[in-house]
Amino acid sequence: MKSDLFTIIKKELTRFFGDKRMLMTAIMPGILIYAIYSVMGEGFSSMNTVEDDYHYKVQVVEMPQALAGLKDMEGLEIIEVSSADVDGVKDLIKEGETDLLVVFPEDFDEQLLTYDVTTATTPAPNVEIYYNSAETASGGAYNIITSVLEQLEHSLANKFDICAGEKEYDMATAEDLSTMMVSMLLPMLLMTFIFTGCMSASAESIAGEKERGTIATLLVTPMKRRDLAIGKLVSLSVIGLISGCSSFIGTMLSLPKLMGGSGLEEVKFGYEVTDYAILLVVILATTLVVVGLISIISAFAKSVKEASTYCTPLMMVTMMLSFSTALGVASADQWYLYLIPLYNTVQCMGGIFAMDYEILPVILTIASNLVYAGGLVAVLTKMFDSERIMYT
Amino acid sequence: MEQKVILKAQNLRKTFKLSKKQQALEKTKDKKKVAVADLTFSAYEGEIFGILGPNGAGKTTTLRMLSTLIKPDSGDAWVDGASVVNEPEKVREKIGFLTSELKLEDFFTPNYLFDFFSELHGVSPEDRDRRKAAMFKRFGIDEFAEVKVGNLSTGMKQKASLVISLVHDPDIIIFDEPTNGLDVLTARVVTDFLQELKGQGKTIILSTHIFSLVEKLCDRVGVVLDGRMVVCDTLAELTKDCDLEEKFFQICQEMEG
Repeated sequence: MKSDLFTIIKKELTRFFGDKRMLMTAIMPGILIYAIYSVMGEGFSSMNTVEDDYHYKVQVVEMPQALAGLKDMEGLEIIEVSSADVDGVKDLIKEGETDLLVVFPEDFDEQLLTYDVTTATTPAPNVEIYYNSAETASGGAYNIITSVLEQLEHSLANKFDICAGEKEYDMATAEDLSTMMVSMLLPMLLMTFIFTGCMSASAESIAGEKERGTIATLLVTPMKRRDLAIGKLVSLSVIGLISGCSSFIGTMLSLPKLMGGSGLEEVKFGYEVTDYAILLVVILATTLVVVGLISIISAFAKSVKEASTYCTPLMMVTMMLSFSTALGVASADQWYLYLIPLYNTVQCMGGIFAMDYEILPVILTIASNLVYAGGLVAVLTKMFDSERIMYT
Repeated sequence: MEQKVILKAQNLRKTFKLSKKQQALEKTKDKKKVAVADLTFSAYEGEIFGILGPNGAGKTTTLRMLSTLIKPDSGDAWVDGASVVNEPEKVREKIGFLTSELKLEDFFTPNYLFDFFSELHGVSPEDRDRRKAAMFKRFGIDEFAEVKVGNLSTGMKQKASLVISLVHDPDIIIFDEPTNGLDVLTARVVTDFLQELKGQGKTIILSTHIFSLVEKLCDRVGVVLDGRMVVCDTLAELTKDCDLEEKFFQICQEMEG
């Protein structure tokens, strides 16, 4: 009976939306992800940068004439010290009191002019730079000074330049870099969110009802077992999607901050509405499969706790498959790979996020997942009819 | 006038596999336990038929087969013409089944659950509202109709379960130990209601090990021992020489002898 199906869906959703604790359990991960990732991003940012008006304290022994311009460089505070002070300055660097110590050879200017790499019998003059990589300011000062010294070295023996001038040589846009990162990261995160979102709801709805004895009350009504199976599957998928979406939105909102902290100044996504629509359909079909698998496992379990334990191996397999995009996305020629449940979703999502996908793999993924979901409904229907499974 | 057979059980048999632990507990090497063995009986329209027997005799298993929760290994039963083996959905349309094993979800209120199960039984909204008003008033449920089941007392839950099992006004009602675990007041409400249902022409099959309940309610009695129905007769015939308890022990002794 069609209405039985809607009655079951309505009841399951009423249970979910009416129970503040269940609703919070589903939505909270998204809020927490946003908060945690944002804080992490801020943390990374502050770890990698110093205040805008910061002056790096650089102590120099035997300051050469060739680098006299350093004294006028903005943001640098050059302090000349004698070789006798070296050990004391090193201690100051360790303590974070000063940022850098540069020790030049005594006659560095002269050696620069006379040293010829083709005829030299001694090693080239060595500039010693002492720094503390655990201190952001010290690391920053080290980068500045080494960069200046490299420029000086190049200017002395400049045969040719690579990418000189202020032209843009890296053709990758901020959007490309963002896309590359998210195409590897997001399929894994999404699969995790879908799985965890579906697991708590499905285990509660199937194993929980068995544990509490309420499923038997449903099974003595004239409703078809198939309607019960489909009704549970559809409503649990909706709940799983809500939970998954909450986590996904939390991730997307916090991603710019997280990536900003990792060095990308600006994160841009160039996805179109069709990309999002295709992604949604892929996720929908996948959620049905995930809910189906978890529901079947839960039907075997006697309690919610037991169901969660039984689901652990499936979760591990899902996580393992989620990393497959790191090895690249399967091409459309390898169409048969898109028939493997869960793996096909990860691959498909990897392609969509990389904005490099063809329609055949997407169709195969959606169609095969719907077929698998149908098969899982048939199995669940049989299980609801099995007294050995339902009443033991 | 000949009475109409509304429920007929024919050679019902049910066995359960025993785990090693259960084998040790039952002190047997048999891997299977026969819960019900070739049980045959009929119930007539409008009567209260009691299945009497000690714990573990097979009463609950019999009722679970009749209500299609479990399938017999062999044999069949027909409820108003519908086979429990071949037409379980039809059977479920015709019966109301109440047992302490069937629970209501703690999260919902009796009001919501009455509507929910009415929908599953295909009861029209008009009939549902009319029946709900009458039944809730009859059992005093209207006072806690909007209280979640999880917050109700055992007696209140039992009343709600009873009413909800009958949302579709079935003609055949199967009760497994209807007064088990109830306080005396609620037990009285239930027994009064069973008599009321009989007055409405309903057929009631109940299982119990309480002799007084059978004597108070039943028209006919089937005594089940070790999965077999050893005696099936009218209450009047069984108690013509002695009370039911005495008769029951006579039957037990005869079986042991």
